[in-house]
Amino acid sequence: MITINNLSKVYRTKKGEIKGVDNVSLTINEGEIYGIVGYSGAGKSSLVRCINLLERPTTGNITVDGVDLTTLKSEELRQARLRIGMIFQHFNLVSQKTVFENIAFSLKAARVPASKINDRVEQLLEMVGLSDKRDVYPGQLSGGQKQRVGIARALANNPKVLLCDEATSALDPTTTKSILKLLKKINRELNITIVLITHEMDVVKEICHRMAIMQGGRVVEEGKVYDIFASPKEELTREFIESVISFELPETILKKVSGTLVKVVFKGEVAGESVVSDTIQKFAINGNFLHGSIDYIQEQPLGIFVMELTGGKAEIKKALDYIGKRTALVEVIRHGV
Amino acid sequence: MEFDVNHLIEFLPEINLAFMQTLYMIAIALFVAVMIGLPVGILLFVTDKGLFWENRIINQVIGFIVNMIRSIPFIILLVALIPFTVWLVDSMIGPTAASVSLSVAAIPFFARLVETAFRKIDYGVIEAAIAAGGTPWMIIKDVLLPEAKSGIISGITITVVSLVGTSAIAGTVGGGGIGDLAIRFGYYRYDDTIMITTVVILIVFVQLIQLIGDKIAKVVDKK
Repeated sequence: MITINNLSKVYRTKKGEIKGVDNVSLTINEGEIYGIVGYSGAGKSSLVRCINLLERPTTGNITVDGVDLTTLKSEELRQARLRIGMIFQHFNLVSQKTVFENIAFSLKAARVPASKINDRVEQLLEMVGLSDKRDVYPGQLSGGQKQRVGIARALANNPKVLLCDEATSALDPTTTKSILKLLKKINRELNITIVLITHEMDVVKEICHRMAIMQGGRVVEEGKVYDIFASPKEELTREFIESVISFELPETILKKVSGTLVKVVFKGEVAGESVVSDTIQKFAINGNFLHGSIDYIQEQPLGIFVMELTGGKAEIKKALDYIGKRTALVEVIRHGV
Repeated sequence: MEFDVNHLIEFLPEINLAFMQTLYMIAIALFVAVMIGLPVGILLFVTDKGLFWENRIINQVIGFIVNMIRSIPFIILLVALIPFTVWLVDSMIGPTAASVSLSVAAIPFFARLVETAFRKIDYGVIEAAIAAGGTPWMIIKDVLLPEAKSGIISGITITVVSLVGTSAIAGTVGGGGIGDLAIRFGYYRYDDTIMITTVVILIVFVQLIQLIGDKIAKVVDKK
């Protein structure tokens, strides 16, 4: 649905040139929810703004639904934007216009006849659960309600793509959840491809199918969310994952541990299996769970456990090999003394 | 300093006429300033860097003309515009003639205030309208003007108050008005009664305009 090809965006400042986006290539499939994660300044916001050409890339091109946007003239680009919805961190509603007028703006842009605007706005308001707020001004709405208006405005012309620029970053956790639920519903029921940029890893974990991690304008890691959570390759990715799934052991516990500390990752169905008890029965070792949890990412279980193994060095090595064969990943954090 | 009530009563018709002349001049100048200054203010804003009609040449040419008119002292502008005034209204004295130069001075003044009101709009709102596929005209009409409405009303208030002051100078060409009266009688003839009265009228008038302007700006704001 979206192909980003060797895209770079260079900003000229007094201090010289800054590469906001540095040679990024990504493919986002139809019907997918794609997350782009990074700290502020990583270039994710510039990247998403290039997708609908709010920012014009310095080099490279963007193809959305088969059309290379970088070749379009202004009126053609305007038409193309009708098919690409966008929502924002600070909602960006017109404060002096009612909810109805804010949504109607998109329809007027698509030259929908006035007689049809009313019905369509009401339909959209029903979808986002704000039918009773039709004639209210944005100032009287909560953050979550404002974002719902933003979503209704973005979806007014049945776009194929919805871009979300930190759409939940200004919302509290409960409201974030409800907005994510709405985005999920939109993705499923309307088959809209969603590109979501965020610095919150829980958002990605909650709804994204695939993701990219950005740093310094570059994509450092990319893939299925589940795979990235199960086996992150880059240090930055680990950092982000630890922000939602943390296995830090308290210092006092670490001091008491004398055996080999290992981290075991179970994927998919294997998570339910009793790999650990099998191991302890098979080898002359003892196991002691120190930390662990099973998370569900895209409805697939991902189990991560930290345990202490005690016993002979040779036996532990054999046990580790055995666990390694049956699980996704086993990693020695610290060898026993 | 002396205040003579009888003298004041005797002078009332003249004060009344002067006040009407002031209103007349301000009304014309304000009307012209809004009709021309508003589009000029919009143009200054939308042709600036990063906006949808970005155009360096237009922006700088308009900016230069606006600055130029604003930098000329009003009394000089008044005299310089005499040929234009005569051509336009076939006269160089009286309130109508004075309105011409008052209008010319008020246009760039108001245009800058409009531009400032637009600059206060959160750029994200404009960006969202562009992303939604809005045409430039739609964005001006449905986003920029509504969002800046309160600021534009404050700009009108400031323009009117400034016109009250400037219109006094118009008396130099026999423009008439309260300010003119204050200068001719109060200042040149040491007529304390007239001076105090006209100054009080001007103070009350300006306070009222500010009060009403602020009130309207607040009422129309839906924030």
